[in-house]
Amino acid sequence: MYNCVKNTTDNTLLSTSIRLSVLVKKTSITLDVHQYYQQMQSNGIIMAYKGAASGDLLNSIIAIAQTKLNEVEQKSVIRRRVFTILVEILQNIQNHFDYISAEEIREDVAIMFIMAKTEDGYYKLISGNYVATEDVPSLKKRIDYVNALSADDLKAMYRDRLDNGQISPKGGAGLGIIEIARKSSNKLDYEFRIINDKFSFFSLTVKVAAS
Amino acid sequence: MENFYLEETSKTPKLSFNAQIGKFLMQGRSIPENSIEFYKPLFEWLDNYVKSPNGKTVFDIRLEYFNTSSSKCLVEIFRRLELIKNKDIVINWFYEEDDEDMQESGEDFKEIIDIPIVMNVIEN
Repeated sequence: MYNCVKNTTDNTLLSTSIRLSVLVKKTSITLDVHQYYQQMQSNGIIMAYKGAASGDLLNSIIAIAQTKLNEVEQKSVIRRRVFTILVEILQNIQNHFDYISAEEIREDVAIMFIMAKTEDGYYKLISGNYVATEDVPSLKKRIDYVNALSADDLKAMYRDRLDNGQISPKGGAGLGIIEIARKSSNKLDYEFRIINDKFSFFSLTVKVAAS
Repeated sequence: MENFYLEETSKTPKLSFNAQIGKFLMQGRSIPENSIEFYKPLFEWLDNYVKSPNGKTVFDIRLEYFNTSSSKCLVEIFRRLELIKNKDIVINWFYEEDDEDMQESGEDFKEIIDIPIVMNVIEN
């Protein structure tokens, strides 16, 4: 049984994706590929990845995402905005991923990343990854805090962190989530599913207007 | 002192820092996972440069995009250059006409850095 900590505005796409990944896992032998393809198609999915989060693979995902964006988006400012956010999301995951012992979570179920363009004119960047359950309250608090800020507050907070924030040994600057919220101009949609005392599944959906 | 030069890659910018003529250039994209590791040699080079800087230093920044850990490293670079702020030093921040995000990034730095940052529009 899952315990859910959820903040939902529009999670249709997200829940579809989660259902699909469960479907693949449990019924891989009888997977209806065409149906799966059509569901991805009707959800506007541009690219989807599930798997390891190692440096080389992340580099490949970033490279593919960039190629796809060049194909689907004409406006360079939007392309760059979406790209900047997705790099931040994936590198954020990579930085936090180290907290989870590779022995406990198999590498092939490490992360999920989806880029979609919906009919209502938004790019959606959806990520899913395991986090330590003990980190859930602080992560939730950080996202809720950022979600409550206005565009001007976000700008002020970003500048303050840029000016005064300490840089971590891994190069994290505590700026990632602020930058994502600021560039998105939309509230961050997230969900934590508590799997057990040690691990929880964190999913994040970031919306960016396509025009 | 030796000049500092690095070719551009898909994740890191071209760095061309010429101590003799005081011309610095950062160009391309800056999205390395570990920005500190990437920029550390440049920090060290700048620590030496500021001890005996050129009479005039011009730093052109032509970035396409960068991650937040790179932005923190940019601050680290600027902080070193602030040590010679009584000298003739200017940072030129370039952004494409319609790229409001890159314009805003330049303004973020302008707000917190104590060196003149000149905003330059690249017309499309």
